[in-house]
Amino acid sequence: MALLQIAEPGESAAPHQHKLAVGIDLGTTNSLVATVRSGLAVVLSDELGRPLLPSVVRYHPDGTVSVGYEAQAEQTRDPRNTIVSVKRFMGRSLQDIAHRQSIPHEFQEAPGMVRLGTVAGVKSPVEVSAEILRALRLRAEQSLGGELVGAVITVPAYFDDAQRQATKDAARLAGISVLRLLNEPTAAAIAYGLDNAAEGVYAVYDLGGGTFDISILRLSHGVFEVLAAGGDSALGGDDFDQRIFCWILEAARLNPLSAEDARLLLTCAREAREYLSGHGVAPIDARLSSGELVDLELTTEVFTEITRTLVDKTIRSVRKAMRDAGLAIADVKGVVMVGGATRMPQIQRAVGEFFQREPLNNLDPDKVVALGAATQANLLAGNRDAGDDWLLLDVIPLSLGIETMGGLVEKLIPRNSTIPVARAQEFTTFRDGQTAMTLHVVQGERELVTDCRSLSRFELRGIPPMVAGAARIRVTFQVDADGLLAVTAREQTSGVEACIVVKPSYGLSDDEIATMLKDSQVHSRDDALRRALKETQVEAQRLIEAVQSAVKSDGDLLADDQRQALETAVARLQAVALGEDRRQITRAMNELEAETRDFAARRMDKTIRRAMAGKRIEDIAIARTAAAGETEGAA
Amino acid sequence: MAFAPDEIDFGSDHFTLFGLAPFFRIDSLALDKRFRELLTRVHPDRFTQAGESERRVSLQWSTRINEAYQTLKNPLTRARYLLDRAGRGVDQGNNTAMPPEFLMEQMEWREAVAEARTARETAELEQLHHRVKQRMNKGYDQLAELIDDKRDYAAAADRVRRLMFLEKLLYEIDDGMAALEE
Repeated sequence: MALLQIAEPGESAAPHQHKLAVGIDLGTTNSLVATVRSGLAVVLSDELGRPLLPSVVRYHPDGTVSVGYEAQAEQTRDPRNTIVSVKRFMGRSLQDIAHRQSIPHEFQEAPGMVRLGTVAGVKSPVEVSAEILRALRLRAEQSLGGELVGAVITVPAYFDDAQRQATKDAARLAGISVLRLLNEPTAAAIAYGLDNAAEGVYAVYDLGGGTFDISILRLSHGVFEVLAAGGDSALGGDDFDQRIFCWILEAARLNPLSAEDARLLLTCAREAREYLSGHGVAPIDARLSSGELVDLELTTEVFTEITRTLVDKTIRSVRKAMRDAGLAIADVKGVVMVGGATRMPQIQRAVGEFFQREPLNNLDPDKVVALGAATQANLLAGNRDAGDDWLLLDVIPLSLGIETMGGLVEKLIPRNSTIPVARAQEFTTFRDGQTAMTLHVVQGERELVTDCRSLSRFELRGIPPMVAGAARIRVTFQVDADGLLAVTAREQTSGVEACIVVKPSYGLSDDEIATMLKDSQVHSRDDALRRALKETQVEAQRLIEAVQSAVKSDGDLLADDQRQALETAVARLQAVALGEDRRQITRAMNELEAETRDFAARRMDKTIRRAMAGKRIEDIAIARTAAAGETEGAA
Repeated sequence: MAFAPDEIDFGSDHFTLFGLAPFFRIDSLALDKRFRELLTRVHPDRFTQAGESERRVSLQWSTRINEAYQTLKNPLTRARYLLDRAGRGVDQGNNTAMPPEFLMEQMEWREAVAEARTARETAELEQLHHRVKQRMNKGYDQLAELIDDKRDYAAAADRVRRLMFLEKLLYEIDDGMAALEE
């Protein structure tokens, strides 16, 4: 870990010294923002010293919003316009949402993702999440005294592509540059592992408000390698509250409830759950708007009984993850508990019994994810000191496949593949003159398309017309380091590589983001356009510096005319980089990027070679001779 | 030696990439170590502040290193890769028909799995898993001998095909165990 930062927070550090970067834990129930200060990861509190921001957004009739405690205080009075647990709706359609009858929101069906009707208009979960992220960004900028370079935002490891994309879109909408989407258990492992100088295999059991993750990681020589990930992106503390809620309805023999009363009792249920973590009996008292009185006592025994199936479900996921990792319980050196819901005694007990050891609770389960994310953000932003060197190797949690004939799934990328990962597949047309086709990408482990999650229908357009079966379309499925899928396609018969347009059926386009920004009231209090320009200017500056330093260290890889072309492009960007015309800056950046393509490839080759230079040449020679010998032997 | 590392094309061969001799028997600790060393240098996390071009190259190289690592780490894919490399790929030639006694045995295995699944016998499935695994390990020993010592690629390809059946069987057993837990 870094020992000392010379620049105080708030002081304007020179661009190379300290870059303001944060880690954000965008939680179902609460969210946090953390940063690394003087070498230490700390959670940034609000002006009242409160570290958590309740993930609650209330829309007012005049279009303004309140976020956090203020919104939470009004949730019982104004349940329809006060959105809670929005994370459960991210990237989800209406049918996906469990117990939506008892959730007092006005759900609306929409293509791709469910929408929420509010007094301020129809909102997508992405917009609601963006309000939470924006509040955290403002908190960070106030506290750190400057604009952020970027943020690492955590997501459940078990989030699928649509949920990840929605999270990234929300960040863009909130004016945050995303350095990386980081899996929550992996973030926790960083915080725990670096703190304890841990080596060996660890399990991270992460039960949050609405999601459950289990990750099995190997920590060795500064590498955090995820061996297997499992979980359930729709199982969390909320479901335990739901069980208590149902128990209250039954025990108190209540009539159908109004939205206000339902929210009131759900809040009572959550309070009872939290109370039971430290006590044997929780009182439940409430006066409903109907005049009915609820006066009950919930014991630990009853609570354990009514939630047993939920706990068992998590343990099944743990068993599966262990099998995927190919490990026995004795191989596990420690079990790290993450998420407020792991405070429930029955969870501690069940996990302890399964792993035959006491779970580790020495880091605050509410904060550990944000702290790990901050540490990673600090590294990614380039605030790296000697010794600050670790590497994360994460995996894709669910297999990716495509629909084939008969509604079957052909798996392309199996679950637990280390990312980034890619797979290419060839397709052909089945009609004469066909110029478009649709690829249905699904995520999941089952054989039938209907049993998997439909991710997206990618449309390929612009296939040159040919007789049926003549086209050779090579489609590449690339999952990047954020766990996000990109599909590219090329037609490659007769050597002509036609550019084929690939469009996913979800996620927001730049235009949609721009429209949302314009529509939102935010525009007036946080000038989005000015921010966008500033951001582009910063990016341009960063690119100029990156290219200049690359030329300085690896200029020998360039021919004279190439160097000259690069320098011209840099000069052209420099001339406009501080101007007011965002399009002009972007254009100059693109031109410079185009000039650097070849150079970047050659530099990376050099890096690989340098890595190789540590090897004894003899070893390589043996490898070569043996390879030659083998080919001869086979001939 | 006559050539320096910069003459070697690291892009084309998995073994060269990891500085390993192209044998079935490999030093898996060395493989792990080289994998970490390479990825530490090229991983996208090292290039979040770089330009678009460098980020793209980093993504491509990391993807490539991951793929090469997975291929060499798993004995079965490693064997297939070695055979492909020697121009004696498993899918080439028409000798893909398996001997009847092998297929009979496969059917018996499958029936045993299906029966254990229907009877919800998790312990029996675990037993089967163990037995198949043992058979596969024996197969890997034979592959080492056939590929590294005897250079008998035809026999090795036959062995690989049999092992592919066993691997599929293993997946089925694991799926069965997962299904019983649901």
